[in-house]
Amino acid sequence: MDEKFDVIVVGAGPAGTACAYELAKAGLKVIMFERGEYPGSKNVMGGVLYRKQMEEIIPEFWKEAPLERPVVEQRFWMMDEESMVTMGYKGLEWAKEPYNNFTVLRAKFDQWFAQKAVEQGALLINETVVEACIVEDNRVVGVRTDRPDGDVYADVVVLADGVNSLLAKQLGFHKEWRPDEVALAVMEVLKLPSEKIEDRFNLEPDQGCTIEMFGDVTKGILGTAFLYTNKESVNIGVGTTLSGLMKAKIRPYDLLEYVKNHPMVKPLLEGNESQEYAAHLIPEGGYNSIPKIVGNGVVVVGDAAHLVNAIHREGSNMAMASGRMAAETIITAREVNDFSENMLDSYRVRLMDSFVGQDLKKYKDTTHTFEHHPQYFKEYIPMLNRAAGQMFTVDGTPKKQKQKEILRSMTENRGKLGVLQDLYRAWKVMK
Amino acid sequence: MHIVVCVKQVPDTKIIKMNPKTNTMDRSSAPAIMNPYDVYAVEEAVRIKEKYGGTISVLSMGPPPAVSTLKKCVEMGADDTYLISDRRFAGADTLATSYALAEALKKISSEKGEIDLVITGKQTIDGDTGQVGPGIARRLDIPPLTFVQKIKEIDLGNRKISVHRKREDGYEVVESELPCLLAVESGINEPRYAPLPNMIKAARHEPVVWSVDDLEDIDITKLGLKGSPTIVGKVWAPPKSEGAEMIEGSTDEVVARIVDLVMERKELFQDKEVQPS
Ligand SMILES: Cc1cc2nc3c(=O)[nH]c(=O)nc-3n(C[C@H](O)[C@H](O)[C@@H](O)COP(=O)(O)OP(=O)(O)OC[C@H]3O[C@@H](n4cnc5c(N)ncnc54)[C@H](O)[C@@H]3O)c2cc1C
Ligand SMILES: Cc1cc2nc3c(=O)[nH]c(=O)nc-3n(C[C@H](O)[C@H](O)[C@H](O)COP(=O)(O)OP(=O)(O)OC[C@H]3O[C@@H](n4cnc5c(N)ncnc54)[C@H](O)[C@@H]3O)c2cc1C
Repeated sequence: MDEKFDVIVVGAGPAGTACAYELAKAGLKVIMFERGEYPGSKNVMGGVLYRKQMEEIIPEFWKEAPLERPVVEQRFWMMDEESMVTMGYKGLEWAKEPYNNFTVLRAKFDQWFAQKAVEQGALLINETVVEACIVEDNRVVGVRTDRPDGDVYADVVVLADGVNSLLAKQLGFHKEWRPDEVALAVMEVLKLPSEKIEDRFNLEPDQGCTIEMFGDVTKGILGTAFLYTNKESVNIGVGTTLSGLMKAKIRPYDLLEYVKNHPMVKPLLEGNESQEYAAHLIPEGGYNSIPKIVGNGVVVVGDAAHLVNAIHREGSNMAMASGRMAAETIITAREVNDFSENMLDSYRVRLMDSFVGQDLKKYKDTTHTFEHHPQYFKEYIPMLNRAAGQMFTVDGTPKKQKQKEILRSMTENRGKLGVLQDLYRAWKVMK
Repeated sequence: MHIVVCVKQVPDTKIIKMNPKTNTMDRSSAPAIMNPYDVYAVEEAVRIKEKYGGTISVLSMGPPPAVSTLKKCVEMGADDTYLISDRRFAGADTLATSYALAEALKKISSEKGEIDLVITGKQTIDGDTGQVGPGIARRLDIPPLTFVQKIKEIDLGNRKISVHRKREDGYEVVESELPCLLAVESGINEPRYAPLPNMIKAARHEPVVWSVDDLEDIDITKLGLKGSPTIVGKVWAPPKSEGAEMIEGSTDEVVARIVDLVMERKELFQDKEVQPS
């Protein structure tokens, strides 16, 4: 094909679309490829979309974007088999503009967002798989698609092809992710009438809540389960490190069934109708796993660049932020007509200086630590449950004696020093 | 050579749900797709153009979302597309549909150039009548060739076309003058995977959209519900067929069960010739 573009974006998820949007807005000639029938057709996430990074691209997007519910309450459940200790925050300031964050269904949201990029002038080509980057003289100069007459050329190629990023792997930017660098998440969308959702989760119409679950729901494997409310459905899922699953020999969908049937969860789902089931990897290796993300004529953004904060389940926002920063760099590079790795590297620098790089750095050892010290999930959460159970059971035992017994049982396994070490270690990686 | 293909956007009836109370299709329950039979009509036009040269127009009547179906036709190789879209077309039966399409074809002919060939699909998957093609041909006073399973030859010099028409016991070879209308069978070709330049062209493509007012001299009383004498008396979902037995288990268990079943129902497998002579 003879036509040449300024930029080719591969993948119309949050990262690619954010990038294409900014580039097209600045007047660049952009073509974006998506292998799905339409953007979002196969994309999944738990469903929390963060306002801030979206707003930086489209101000007041909540007035027109297909959102489910603004989140007014975030709950955290520390679960044992038949009990839980809970914590949370509910604030009605989050129910008003400008809101805090929203639940979304990606199939609708991605399609809308990509359409916005098209309105800015980006060309969206669906149902087309990019099979390889075209490399000439150690420079990426275009891509090869699976279509007849399917080569297309550009000054820069943006790889926004998601966690597996076969294209970045082909370029030698990263190897196959190790099982402890990725989480395998399975989730289901369950249909429920809105009145039931509002009753069961104590919400007004137009309010939503998120529940993060730890402990028994992952059978002690490092990971979390989640339950988020949409308008007329809930998203329920569980994600654990692939290495943990392999070690425990548990099938991911069996784990999801376990979560759905947990006595603390089951009543909330009563009478649902399953709508959709999906499994997806999440890049959770953090800072230490970020691969090479810049080359001559090429940059990598979003999940493909391993930009997920597993502790705060932030991924889509980092994807958007990285897409936007890549666009800004490309726009500058174009002014001097220099698309070398050297020039494009200012994207990486910008990214690492931003909240994306800083947050990933802050938590760089967290998942690793928890993976290597399973006592946090396996022992402390049940312990916490027992402690709370004992403390709140009125059985005539003086409270002081209860406290003593709790303390004794807590230090029984690891000793006082061990517990202190564990606490210090946890504080160090989270601080 | 100017070829016009008629295509309809339909709900995907493979997944559509029926409203159990009214027995009508719940159109919101299924995505809109290009009528699968019409894909072959477009592909055949592209093949004719590749062999004999010319230009391909595509015409559809339907609501605004039908634009996406027209863009698909450009991906496959169409040059220009036309959508006639207006509330006054709604509720049309095959009589009113073929009238509206014939009027639009006249306008295309006068604006873009005389039409040599009109191609339609065999039938739609939602209305299923197969009447629209012949209806158009009658109104334009051109020969309709239905059940076309192969185009044998087009002789542009003598303005003739010969095709194979499908029959239960084979096919017949029919020759016609141009212009004429073909309603093509699904086996006529294998639709291609669209090449990238066409995908890009389609992404940029904007169909021409005409309302009733853009079609001069049209008789409004022949359009839409008003122009449709057909009354659909009753529609119902066919009863679910008796459940099949799913045989599960190890290979040995499955085989054993199948053998049992066959032996139990021997009569099903006996041929007539086994009758006593
Ligand atoms: C359940 C049901 C029963 C019906 N029964 C009748 C009936 O008995 N009599 C009757 O007159 N109507 C009937 N209709 C209405 C009629 O089917 C459609 O409304 C009519 O517009 C088109 O007919 P069709 O879909 O059967 O097309 P077909 O005649 O099956 O289509 C043949 C070809 O014509 C072309 N074509 C058809 N529609 C269009 C279009 N809108 N734009 C461009 N090209 C097109 C396509 O190439 C298509 O492959 C019925 C509709 C339904 C839903
Ligand atoms: C179960 C689950 C729950 C999550 N929960 C949250 C949450 O609540 N909040 C949050 O912010 N994040 C969450 N995440 C993370 C979030 O989904 C990702 O970080 C985010 O989607 C990354 O965006 P992206 O654009 O980089 O990649 P993706 O969204 O994966 O998009 C990549 C796109 O590229 C396309 N593509 C891939 N390869 C090719 C190719 N070769 N050619 C053409 N197209 C291609 C794909 O079809 C896809 O559309 C969750 C993830 C999972 C799996």
